[in-house]
Amino acid sequence: MSVELKSNDFVALADIALRNPDLQRAVGAGTRGGYQKRAETMFARSREHGEHMRQQAAEAKRRALRKLPDLLETAERNLIANGWQVAWAEDAAEANQLVLDIARRHGVETVTKSKSMLSEELGVNHAMEAAGLRVVETDLGEYIIQLNNETPSHIVAPVMHKTKAEIRDIFVRELDMKPTDDAEEMVAFARKMLRDDFLKSDMGISGGNFLIAETGSIGLVMNEGNGRLCTSMPRVHIALVGIEKIVETVADYATLTQVLPSSSTGQKLTVYTNILNGPGRAAEGDGPEHSYVILVDNGRSQIYGSDYAEALTCIRCGACQNACPVYRSTGGHAYGWVYGGPIGAVLTPLLVGLENAQPLPHASSLCGSCKQVCPVDIDLPRMLLDLRRDLVRDGHSKVGWDTAMKLWAVGMTSAARFALGGKAARAGQHIMGDYMPGILGNWSKHRDFPDFAPKPFRQLWKERHERS
Amino acid sequence: MALPARESPIGKSVSLFVTCIVDMIYPGTGLSVVDILEHVGVRVDFPPAQTCCGQPAFNSGYRDEARAVAKHFFKAFREAEVIVCPSGSCATMLRHVYPSLFAPDDGELYHQAQRIAAITWEFSEFLVDGLGIVDLDLSLPAAESFAFHDACHGLRGLGLGGASRELLRHLGKAQLTELNECEVCCGFGGLFSLKMPELSNAMLRNKVNNINESAADTIVTGDVSCLTQMNGGLSRRKSGKRVLHLADVLAKALQKERA
Repeated sequence: MSVELKSNDFVALADIALRNPDLQRAVGAGTRGGYQKRAETMFARSREHGEHMRQQAAEAKRRALRKLPDLLETAERNLIANGWQVAWAEDAAEANQLVLDIARRHGVETVTKSKSMLSEELGVNHAMEAAGLRVVETDLGEYIIQLNNETPSHIVAPVMHKTKAEIRDIFVRELDMKPTDDAEEMVAFARKMLRDDFLKSDMGISGGNFLIAETGSIGLVMNEGNGRLCTSMPRVHIALVGIEKIVETVADYATLTQVLPSSSTGQKLTVYTNILNGPGRAAEGDGPEHSYVILVDNGRSQIYGSDYAEALTCIRCGACQNACPVYRSTGGHAYGWVYGGPIGAVLTPLLVGLENAQPLPHASSLCGSCKQVCPVDIDLPRMLLDLRRDLVRDGHSKVGWDTAMKLWAVGMTSAARFALGGKAARAGQHIMGDYMPGILGNWSKHRDFPDFAPKPFRQLWKERHERS
Repeated sequence: MALPARESPIGKSVSLFVTCIVDMIYPGTGLSVVDILEHVGVRVDFPPAQTCCGQPAFNSGYRDEARAVAKHFFKAFREAEVIVCPSGSCATMLRHVYPSLFAPDDGELYHQAQRIAAITWEFSEFLVDGLGIVDLDLSLPAAESFAFHDACHGLRGLGLGGASRELLRHLGKAQLTELNECEVCCGFGGLFSLKMPELSNAMLRNKVNNINESAADTIVTGDVSCLTQMNGGLSRRKSGKRVLHLADVLAKALQKERA
């Protein structure tokens, strides 16, 4: 299903998440587990080694970004040399049309899909279903999400927000599974259902974790093997790849394909680490007959030309989501579009327009843990602050805040006015007692507030020095 | 962005930037800072024109207002050789943000920002990294156990945390113990606490639970803003535990000494 844009409702959506005890338990445990495992793997040899890997990975992605136009041309040439058919899509509508054209050309009825966040952004499932195709998500988490008509709530663990019991109920309701609380039995059941779909599939759709320019290959990581089945069994394979997924060399890929699983699931490598080189060759017994790469822009080149270009180096590991205390409290759906957590709070306004995602830059206490864990060291707090600046600049801030900040700055640019403000605050508190007016009431809802001191420090300092 | 290099502050006199919240709400913490600095032989002055670092405006996107307050700060601390500030968050504003608010084209203001960034120290790092003192030769009146909460900006902006723990470890009758998720935000986040109160409260609840489960009698931190959030939550939830600023813990030992 295509994703509805509700990012301006962040506060209301977050409140819903905060009141959902199952979600609180599931996301709280999932994120903390991921955070812990990441630290164990990244720093298995030493903290220095882990930090060095991060800087090496960041350097590889930043270099690729600097050379993006050239590398895309190199990649296209080398992809074609490998037998891929390459198409370019400027936006979601173009990408979806290309997918439908390919499906029609090859008489496709059933499509199996491996996990791709870009495909969520494009709403390609919705487009294919509207055209009468049968689409099956084959990543276990995505499969559950699709059955329940939801969107993924986490970049690598799409169903993190659900408890085991909720997933059992979905399988029972949608697929008549014999009720069980045994996770392995549930997985075996899903595997059996999916096996049929794999055998029927005419076309596989995958994303691409990396596009290696020097060899014209797609790097794909996964743990369930479903992606390998999607990209090798059906007659046709389409890889949907964002233009920012490019890396220059195989050596860069080797670095990144280690930090990605370390940062996301705490694995040194994923169970399946694939380099795809186009259709099956004549001498090979398997592989698709037709391999396509659709290189998708969908707003990325606009980010490329902005102060936020570094956001394009994101490798979608989900570490910032696991580390973020806001995401830990809400899960991903509260962010109201495809990407949740700190990277979502930055990417969403950049991709859908700041006016359509106004609360997201403020959905952070600026604690900085996102940057700390980011495998490519994206300065997400800096970008959140700059987006807040843009909100003010573009007139998206509330008039009340504009006035309050102007007055505040007047008060803070003179010691006399500052001291007077302090006295006024103390007098106000004296009159009001525990009641705090206006937005200040948001403080006293959940916390007590200390008393303003009878004498401010500046006065105590003066008295101390008059005594001596 | 790399932090500007600093010269050794040994032998120089210190201008105290006490911060707006300490000035208005926690003046006792300001006195504790002065007491400890004087205890180690540092000459302290208090530039009287000082107000706030401007962080509330900067963090909510009001760059012009933040710059206006920064300019006032430059004037107030014109004479300063070394600035010490009992807040990791405000020190991060001075060290990291001021240099980013002014470009080389801004001339004098740019140089002022660079100057401030290169003479500013947070209280605990001034003692440990600046002066090389970990042992203040002080002892508490009675045994007490502490755990340290790493306030975010100090930890991730300035790499603090180690210095405070060292000082506590060397304090007589103080026992240092663990606080689960000591590096996780308390949910304050400045105006975040007012703009997104339910989320701020969810983060606070998590922090309060961890504090209540900690073996420590008292939680120590380096920022009174985070302390206000945590104590506000602990008090509302009728917890017997409280958070103290590092300077107040150290000053408690000093008062015993004097008594």
